[in-house]
Amino acid sequence: MSGNPVYDRIQQDLNENPVVLYMKGTPMFPQCGFSAAVVQILSDLGVKFKGIDVLVDPSLRDGIKQFTNWPTIPQLYVKGEFVGGCDIVREMAANGELAGLLKEKGLLS
Amino acid sequence: MAMEAAQIAALIKESLPDAEVTIEDLRGDGDHYAALVVSPAFRGKSRVQQHQMVYGALRGKMGGELHALALQTSAPEDAPTF
Repeated sequence: MSGNPVYDRIQQDLNENPVVLYMKGTPMFPQCGFSAAVVQILSDLGVKFKGIDVLVDPSLRDGIKQFTNWPTIPQLYVKGEFVGGCDIVREMAANGELAGLLKEKGLLS
Repeated sequence: MAMEAAQIAALIKESLPDAEVTIEDLRGDGDHYAALVVSPAFRGKSRVQQHQMVYGALRGKMGGELHALALQTSAPEDAPTF
């Protein structure tokens, strides 16, 4: 354990869920265009993911940015590894890299 | 608080002096930009690392004063040609 309760909670979420999206709002009701864009990409691919709304928890909203050394939301994780924010996920979706990564990790049939 | 395109480019070039920086103001509100940053310093770095280098150059303004920066980075040899 890292001694930082927010980091521990993040690590637990990442350990328990193969695909995690830290976002503003929920997959059903995204509260930001960038978060909505990544939700759309994941839905189009048909991959199951856990959406975590950082708006309901300010300590998580800041904690995740330090945890990843990444200043913005959304943030996508696959098997505990940070994949990227909206720009990178869009780029990877466009060139097939994201589908390849998910298949490689056994998360996409 | 918003930022000027020139300010963003200057900050990036301060940390990445050999970078070629192209900035596009997406909405004219000083808050939504797209940036293409091409630099030899990105060679061998993952996309996440490249973007972290640019965010580092922006010294904490990303996500604060600067709400949205659609970022594209590459080493010179991989740079998109327009």
